[in-house]
Amino acid sequence: MDNLLSIVTFIPALAALILALFLRGDDAASARNAKWVALIATSITFLVSLFILAEFDPSDTGFQMVEEREWLMGLKYKLGVDGISVLFVMLTTFMMPLTIAASWDVKTRVKEYMIAFLVLETLMLGVFMALDLVLFYVFFEAGLIPMFLIIGIWGGKERIYASFKFFLYTFLGSVLMLVAMVAMYADAGTTDIPTLMKHTFGSEGFSLLGVQVVGGFQTLLFLAFFASFAVKMPMWPVHTWLPDAHVQAPTAGSVVLAAILLKMGGYGFLRFSLPMFPVGSDVVAPLVLWMSAIAIVYTSLVALVQEDMKKLIAYSSVAHMGFVTMGIFAVNQQGVDGAIFQMISHGFISGALFLCVGVIYDRMHTREIDAYGGLVNRMPAYALIFMFFTMANVGLPGTSGFVGEFLTLMGVFKVNTWVAAVAALGVILSAGYALWLYRRVVFGDLIKESLKTISDMTAREKTIFAPLVIMTLLLGVYPSLVTDIIGPSVEALVSNYHTALHDAGTAATALAQSH
Amino acid sequence: MQADLNTILPEITISVYAMLALLGAVYTSKDKLAGLLTYLTAGLFLLVAAWVGLSDSGATTAFGGMFVDDAFARFAKVTILLSAAAVLVMGLGYLERHQMMKFEYPILIALSVVGMMVMVSSGDLMTLYMGLELQSLALYVIAAMRRDSLRSTEAGLKYFVLGALSSGLLLYGASLVYGYAGTTLFAGIVAAAGEGFAPVGLLFGLVFVMAGLAFKVSAVPFHMWTPDVYEGSPTPVTAFFATAPKVAAMALFARVLHDAFGGVSADWSKVLVLLSIMSMFLGAIAAIGQTNIKRLMAYSSIAHMGYAMIGLAAGTALGIESMLTYMAIYVTMNIGTFAFVLSMERDGMPVTDINALRMYSKVEPGKALALLVLLFSLAGVPPMLGFFAKLGVWQAGIEADLFWLVGASAVASAIGAYYYLRIVYFMYFGDETQGALDENSAPTLWVMLMGAALVMVVGVISLFGLDTAAATAAAALVN
Repeated sequence: MDNLLSIVTFIPALAALILALFLRGDDAASARNAKWVALIATSITFLVSLFILAEFDPSDTGFQMVEEREWLMGLKYKLGVDGISVLFVMLTTFMMPLTIAASWDVKTRVKEYMIAFLVLETLMLGVFMALDLVLFYVFFEAGLIPMFLIIGIWGGKERIYASFKFFLYTFLGSVLMLVAMVAMYADAGTTDIPTLMKHTFGSEGFSLLGVQVVGGFQTLLFLAFFASFAVKMPMWPVHTWLPDAHVQAPTAGSVVLAAILLKMGGYGFLRFSLPMFPVGSDVVAPLVLWMSAIAIVYTSLVALVQEDMKKLIAYSSVAHMGFVTMGIFAVNQQGVDGAIFQMISHGFISGALFLCVGVIYDRMHTREIDAYGGLVNRMPAYALIFMFFTMANVGLPGTSGFVGEFLTLMGVFKVNTWVAAVAALGVILSAGYALWLYRRVVFGDLIKESLKTISDMTAREKTIFAPLVIMTLLLGVYPSLVTDIIGPSVEALVSNYHTALHDAGTAATALAQSH
Repeated sequence: MQADLNTILPEITISVYAMLALLGAVYTSKDKLAGLLTYLTAGLFLLVAAWVGLSDSGATTAFGGMFVDDAFARFAKVTILLSAAAVLVMGLGYLERHQMMKFEYPILIALSVVGMMVMVSSGDLMTLYMGLELQSLALYVIAAMRRDSLRSTEAGLKYFVLGALSSGLLLYGASLVYGYAGTTLFAGIVAAAGEGFAPVGLLFGLVFVMAGLAFKVSAVPFHMWTPDVYEGSPTPVTAFFATAPKVAAMALFARVLHDAFGGVSADWSKVLVLLSIMSMFLGAIAAIGQTNIKRLMAYSSIAHMGYAMIGLAAGTALGIESMLTYMAIYVTMNIGTFAFVLSMERDGMPVTDINALRMYSKVEPGKALALLVLLFSLAGVPPMLGFFAKLGVWQAGIEADLFWLVGASAVASAIGAYYYLRIVYFMYFGDETQGALDENSAPTLWVMLMGAALVMVVGVISLFGLDTAAATAAAALVN
């Protein structure tokens, strides 16, 4: 199994190609076939990806299962996983069959829908495995195309505005990153990510248009990457595309967006920003910490006043991503562990929450909170599952949400007590908006005429939620499942980071003395 | 003498063919021969392309250095010939359906192609001008090919007047260069200009020559004719304008700058940076409001010339290599896109309004998908080949320390993405239209469209030798 990673990456693309070439007709039968092909393909991808997990050796902090081939223009096609990326790969393959199953009721252009999601899966997997700068960029950027179409074709009323905003926002951020990548190539002479991680980019301050740039070249590179990842993450104040995109996207689109696409930003920080530009990260880190703290409090407050369920969850996602950036830029074992944990757990929880909204949206075709109330009377199973994920979102101990928030807060507390204190406010606020949402939708008397006939979840819907419930609980009570895998790699990352900072510091003092 | 003639044998062949075809058609059944002549011309182009492309004669000069045949010229010639052949075949059906097919059309194209081949091989200001004028005069005529259409005649006239002005500028510059260098041979000029910074007189000449050439590649601020001429000319002619002449003009630009002014690259690099930035931004912003797809493609080509000029501005072998790769990919994308534009008809009448594409993906999903691929490629979104074209010129730009230019072009490409996306939006999630476009299944158009789209995707796996050929070509020019 030398090409295990490539096989996993391209199974969905192959299925998409088969759908595109061999499936004809618009009738119900072909729609059903398309769904089954997609479901089987994503399930096979998941099963095969289990081999990656089995073969993965957590104690090895380097890249494993590396594949390398010549590519055009002197670039390399190179894939590999390490402790940081392997769980994101697993998260992606795990979530995709569930997303496909959740789209069983799609009526329009089913074949194209399934093709878009299958292509998207290939591209997302590629992002987490790519070990070449340009290859990474190709996967990273190409994901915009299917997502643009998913929001635009199967989205809600304002889908056109949302899809354009999503595309142009992320595209602008990314092209700046591409310029930085080209500059890195010019400086280091390679696009190989493991080599670049060992390369030291210049960190001598210089003056640019009269402004003194502390950290020099590294800071500029960091900022260019930051432009892309901060938008993708999304961080306050460039998060505004997310609520629009989430609200307008179809349920499955929202799930993929929240569970996987948002993680690319955090993954990018861990793969590029910290290891390659330690000095630049160190210069900007205080700013990022405060931006995260503001994001957590501000977006939680905004979430409190939302009238649209999806929008509320979208803002809650931004707040939770604030914990992630905060943990990453604390740059210590707990912080980074917590950030990765939070990303994985948020993948399950927010994905499940969007699915919860999807369940009642499919029945009532509205996401207005005011249109609901008293659902517990007719949908007890739904009430239970929604309750579970609301609690997980709040960060109740025993669910995976708690571990992530706790670890990141602990990590940040060691670095900047004030930021941690402000961010802790967010924990309280999240309880506020999440429980209030739950109360308004599920509890109370069932007085609305339209809800009198609403039916509880079907077996298919329950089946979709079951794995998510299990994972959330499992990671909540036994977090070592994750931390054992990521631990050694994170430790190496953190210690390399501090060594590099130390070296840069001594070099700078030596330089100052020699003058 | 014999050796000289051997060197320009490909050009002689096409010229002789054009004369014979003209005579033959005039003395026989005239326009009835047009279809046959088109195929003959395209076939000849393919043959000559194979001949030029496969001949590996290193670098030879003819007529005392006035004509240069090297890897660079051969690369440009092959690109020109192939794209001209594709456009000729593509436009045939359209011209016949709309009663515009005249036997002069393929002959004029053949003559303009000879002009382009001379342009890219020029080693002297005289050859340069001869080639340029042969090309331009043929193009003026075919721009006005629809004599009964106001738009078309206007386009032809506008093109002619502005083209004549640009030729005037170029000639004026050439005479200044001659005055200060004492020779029109590039080899002599490069010696007179020396290294570092050129003498003021030569610099003046250089700027005028560059202005004239900027006109031909439609770089801002010499772009004004482009949208009008693109819109007014018959669509097959527009498709031709957007492809082969652009390659020829760009290659000529590189030829003059490197062969005649290679030592003073610091002088012209700044001018190119400015032209490039203005072209990219104007192309990106002005296209936003366009609803006519031909005007939109005009602005798109202006922007693309801006990106290609980053490679020129770098002034290095890598820059030329990336520029050539860019042009080859650009031409392929444009052939595909224009194959689609040519097929846009409603009730037998050509349509150029992009509103007509609303929900086109339901009418013909395959063609809509192909156009989607081409549009994302034009926008430079990976994984399409258009992205690698941009990556190449950016690489060259960064290596030449043009950080600001590359940064600005990144912003421009994000702005420019908007109007390509808008077409995608019309095709895939716009509202239903009042009347759908006709289904057009002309095999040549279909093949060109699908072929170009396929190249955009498959090219990502391998460029099939394009990159090595471009590298050889660049090495021949810059040494």
